Amino acid sequence: MANASDNTLLAVNNLTVSFGPSRAVDGISFSVASGETLGLVGESGCGKSTTALALMGLLQGGSTGGSAKLLGTELVGRSEEDLSRDRGLKLGMIFQDPGTALHPMIRVGDQLIEALRAHLKLGKAEARKRAVDLFRKVGIAAPEDRLRAYPHEMSGGMCQRVMIAMAIACNPKLLLADEPTTALDVTVQAQILSLLKDVAREGGMGVILITHDLGVVAGMTDRVAVMYAGEIVETAPTEQLFANPQHPYTQGLLNSIPQLETGHDAPMPVIPGSVQSAAQAKGCRFAPRCPFAEKGCEVRPTLKPVASDHFVACWRVQ
Amino acid sequence: MTPLVEAQGVSRHYPAPGGRTLKALDGVDLVIEKGATVGLVGESGSGKSTLGRTLVGLQTPTLGRVIFDGVDTASPTAEQLKMLRRQRQIVFQDPSGALNPRMTVGDTIIEHLRVQGWSRADARSQAAAAFDQCGLHSGLFTRYPHEISGGQRQRAVIARAISTDPAFIVADEPVSALDVSTRAQIMNLLRDIQKARGLTMLFISHDLSVVAHMCRQVAVMYLGRIVEMAPREALFRAPLHPYTAALMSAIPIPDPVREKTRSRAALKGETPDPANIPAGCRFSSRCPRASDLCKRQEPVLTSRETGHEVACHYPLEAAAIPA
Amino acid sequence: MVDISLTAEAAPPLPKRASVLRRFMRHKLAVLGVVIIVLMIIGSAGAAWIAPFAPDEIDIANRYAAPFTAGHILGSDDLGRDVFTRLLYAGQISLSVGIAAMLVTVIVGFAVGAFAAYYGGWVDTVLMRFTDVMLCFPSVFLLLFVAAFVTPSLTSIALMIGLTCWMEIARIIHGQILVIKSTDYIAAARMVGAPAWRIILRQILPNTLAPILVAATLNTAQAILLESYISYLGYGIQPPEASWGNMLTNAQSDFQIDPWLAIFPGLAITLAVTSFNFIGDGLRDALDPKVRD
Repeated sequence: MANASDNTLLAVNNLTVSFGPSRAVDGISFSVASGETLGLVGESGCGKSTTALALMGLLQGGSTGGSAKLLGTELVGRSEEDLSRDRGLKLGMIFQDPGTALHPMIRVGDQLIEALRAHLKLGKAEARKRAVDLFRKVGIAAPEDRLRAYPHEMSGGMCQRVMIAMAIACNPKLLLADEPTTALDVTVQAQILSLLKDVAREGGMGVILITHDLGVVAGMTDRVAVMYAGEIVETAPTEQLFANPQHPYTQGLLNSIPQLETGHDAPMPVIPGSVQSAAQAKGCRFAPRCPFAEKGCEVRPTLKPVASDHFVACWRVQ
Repeated sequence: MTPLVEAQGVSRHYPAPGGRTLKALDGVDLVIEKGATVGLVGESGSGKSTLGRTLVGLQTPTLGRVIFDGVDTASPTAEQLKMLRRQRQIVFQDPSGALNPRMTVGDTIIEHLRVQGWSRADARSQAAAAFDQCGLHSGLFTRYPHEISGGQRQRAVIARAISTDPAFIVADEPVSALDVSTRAQIMNLLRDIQKARGLTMLFISHDLSVVAHMCRQVAVMYLGRIVEMAPREALFRAPLHPYTAALMSAIPIPDPVREKTRSRAALKGETPDPANIPAGCRFSSRCPRASDLCKRQEPVLTSRETGHEVACHYPLEAAAIPA
Repeated sequence: MVDISLTAEAAPPLPKRASVLRRFMRHKLAVLGVVIIVLMIIGSAGAAWIAPFAPDEIDIANRYAAPFTAGHILGSDDLGRDVFTRLLYAGQISLSVGIAAMLVTVIVGFAVGAFAAYYGGWVDTVLMRFTDVMLCFPSVFLLLFVAAFVTPSLTSIALMIGLTCWMEIARIIHGQILVIKSTDYIAAARMVGAPAWRIILRQILPNTLAPILVAATLNTAQAILLESYISYLGYGIQPPEASWGNMLTNAQSDFQIDPWLAIFPGLAITLAVTSFNFIGDGLRDALDPKVRD
């Protein structure tokens, strides 16, 4: 499933993350090319955040298996020292809650400058100038003044801009954004997403965008991978996924999103049950909630192509 | 049409550091008819949660008053107070915080009823009936909140709210903390219950599309005031306030073709601090159409013949703004 | 008529509820503490049957007997009374004073902290500042001061200790309840008209049980120690009635003649206090929801 073209920034192969006997991530594979934005979509408990933490080497407890190659270098099983060097330089990270991701007792400018000096070995003055430029680039007004602010003095949207500045500071090749706008107001979300798009395009970066919001995915991504209970159940180019979803979970998910225009008075289509019933499932994890489940679903399906570049893990469509 | 809930000039002020006043609500007038489903939309700082909690009696207004079924909630008699407590209920956003972690779900509802004077036996059967109507197995009666799923917890919260057989329910972001797939279930449940019991409902959310599914009327709030209010179709087809238009265009649509090609009414900046509301129209600092008049004078919520209310000097259908 | 799509959600599997006990058992010292205290309680309660002598049986001929001589397992004191017997009977006093005092502490502390936190405003200010003032006095000093004016008896001593040690619990409860007060489920209860006492007892108390239990055990240890102090100094339990504390009063001056008279009561106090402290530690870890299994 992981293409090995020389454009590939990240190639993940059969990544697993286990916490004791349970597998939060159960053998997923995907790849991201430079200039491409991949959306990793799923609800709570699907393993998308765990995947992000595993890729960043920030997992606490749990054991990681499989392979994840960033620009040819293996991430799984590397020492914290090695990883922290690459973080920032090759891989930029944007977390969900900027309020907690930034150090509350250090001025935001200093946090950025510290990262710049550590990774790029810049002098103090040079780093400061770079920080001001970065702040301006991410749309923070009066950047010189803002360098001196503390996170709690800034709004959520501002803090997220600072996070983006820190993430792109060293011109990484790949950006990993974990629910970057979930904690923000919708009008601010629109601003931040647009900024993210511009920044990624300018730097020719690849982006992995992790979110539960399919609307965000529709506007931001080139490819989508849908996760359910630790597995990728469908992956396709974005237009294709929305136009022609094949996996019953994807279909259910797309159907259950309320939209401004459609069907106001009819009850909303529903995926019955909840994801907790997945843990006990022996075969296909979605079978307990699937309207099409049958005998064959007692065997776990694997991702198989149904069209060019469109893969689905479901017996029905194979 | 009889109004069930009326807010008249309701304000809620808090003292803020530096001798300033934080105006969570700043003069809200709202009328909710019996049996109506009204949606209240806004972002952080809009005051929508505060308004909801004030209408249901959880908070008292600093200025103005709330009238429920003809009764002034500021000074009810003992009988009236009892009625107010029974008839107004609220469904909270976070189902984990809304249920006592050390009480079983069934006991929570029974306690809710017993406080109001129900006998133990009656409370039990009423609680069981509410459970049933909310799609919860009776077996879950003896479970603690952490032993059931998020969706089930929210059903329990709704069961508690309907157990007293209220006339008015405020649903404060009832699905925001839930997964997308659970959201649809809970939205359907609320809708069914509202229809079955003829409830009057105020549905608060930051998500316009969720509100669109649940409510016939929608009110948009910004910085403590209602800036636009209209029947659902009218609001979405032709919003009059620039903030409403911006809000609508900011919502991501799960349709890649449209999403990538649509034009957005982008807003600059962020919502001002509610302790520091700008002079004139409170939206003027972010409005792409703001003029001098907007910066000087606060527009009043005026209604048109169609029932569409808007607080703007230059609502969207107006022609070019004079220079 | 309920739509099947609503009820299709199965009840998730019931997680193990007895985990608090299991986690407590993992704390070896805490379990040891429980064993020791249980043994002490059984020993003291059954003193009438276990003790080889009567507690005030004087035998001048065999005074200052060393352990294991003349039928005295732990020796005899300056009046020839059996030390082991006296330890058992003293245990009745010291343990019951300790536990009674703890009960007073918990009830008063909870009441003060809960009402201050729940009502807020001037009630909060008055009660908590009063608590702060009380905390300024070292408890032993306060106790001795009060003891000087009160005729010492089991009840009065337990009350005195209780009324001088409730402040920490009040503070802990106050902090806890300030947080609980702002939750939605308390808001729901207030909204529907529940009176303050009902909310505090029915809704808030169960959520504060963990810190109360821990504080209670630690408080018992402190109470036993305090009783020993004041009895040793002569203001507590009066002879001929024995408490571990007053058994030490003359033991100090007799130390050259018979060190065992100091060692055994001291050991009893140490064991009891340490055991309660271990139990408290074990409870704290077992009840902490944030500690992962």
